[in-house]
Amino acid sequence: MQRSKNDVWVGLFVLIGLAAVLFLALKSANLLQFNWSKDYTVTAKFDNIGGLKKGAAVKSAGVVVGRVENIQFDDESYQAKVSLALQNRYAFPKDSSLKILTSGLLGEQYVGILAGADEKNLVAGDSIGSTQSAVVLENLISQFLYSKAADPAAPSAGSK
Amino acid sequence: MMILHPAELGFAVRKALADWGYGARLFAQLVMLSGACLKRFALVRDQVHFLGNYSLAIITVSGLFVGFVLGLQGYYTLQRYGAADALGLLVALSLVRELGPVVAALLFAGRAGASITAEIGLMRAGEQLTALEMMAVDPKLRILAPRLWGGIIALPLLTAVFSAVGILGGYAVGVLLIGVDAGAFWSQMQNGVDVFKDVGNGMIKSLVFGVAVTFIALLQGYVAQPTPEGVASATTRSVVISSLSVLGLDFILTVMMFSI
Repeated sequence: MQRSKNDVWVGLFVLIGLAAVLFLALKSANLLQFNWSKDYTVTAKFDNIGGLKKGAAVKSAGVVVGRVENIQFDDESYQAKVSLALQNRYAFPKDSSLKILTSGLLGEQYVGILAGADEKNLVAGDSIGSTQSAVVLENLISQFLYSKAADPAAPSAGSK
Repeated sequence: MMILHPAELGFAVRKALADWGYGARLFAQLVMLSGACLKRFALVRDQVHFLGNYSLAIITVSGLFVGFVLGLQGYYTLQRYGAADALGLLVALSLVRELGPVVAALLFAGRAGASITAEIGLMRAGEQLTALEMMAVDPKLRILAPRLWGGIIALPLLTAVFSAVGILGGYAVGVLLIGVDAGAFWSQMQNGVDVFKDVGNGMIKSLVFGVAVTFIALLQGYVAQPTPEGVASATTRSVVISSLSVLGLDFILTVMMFSI
């Protein structure tokens, strides 16, 4: 094939373009943290998931160990059925417990997993029994107000 | 005042339909020819050189300034809510998902699309396309298809350069000038930008824009009236139509890609 001066410049242009794509993928996006390993899926039922979304992180001791794969409503127990995809390299005991937490004051919600003490580990398809729902601000406030009203001896904010 | 005769309305509709049909037929022909065209890659290479290399300067400079402005304006809004650390995320997401593909395509339409239309329009006016046909050389294979492929290859690369340079511009203003924490700038960005959902979809967008802008420029040049005025109005129409279709396509693609 005929070679020309353009070859060098076009090669340089393509190289610059590919370098930019690489920069976008590695430096500005999450390709390095991207999880290529396989997952195993476990399910759990929550009374209330609050603002949990599909794709939210599953963290243990603050480290991401999986993602929320799916959220469905179970119309038999009237609970939210959440499927969690946990990374294969992490194993958790069967009696581990789940909690829906919030990162920061107004941050997004994630699932915290607290390891139990069972000798057997969770396998794909298992369901986790002990779960703790998300904190809903309205419930918290109404609880606070009811406890105030039930206890007339306590000094209320308006008196004195 | 002249009253529109029904026949004129019908004629206008038929002309519009015929234009669309001709465009679709030409596009199908170019797609069929792309195999034969890519075999003679030297022609495509020269077009990548002409459309890509020469647009690199304007793309880089525009990307840098768009990044500067995003950094400044983003910081101004975010610091009101005490979220200045999310500046990197804001700059990267706006560039990778929307601004990069769209602004790069608009610049490409003005810089490269206009020159394609003018070049082919002048070939039409100078009867060079007819001369090629007389020599049994298919002008669609020899002239149009390499330009289409040149545009398809060049624009995604230019878009990547635009976004990358824009992020560096946002970094320069946000971190070096204003003093946002560099660690937070990059880590927030990496947590929030997804390789396939954001970067990948942005690249798909720019590929679609590359096809649209280059093909509209080719079509307008190919059907230009073979007069100086014809070439002038074809060049104007090429830039106007391709800019508008980039914006319209962007809306459709965004709805398809990012709506939950």
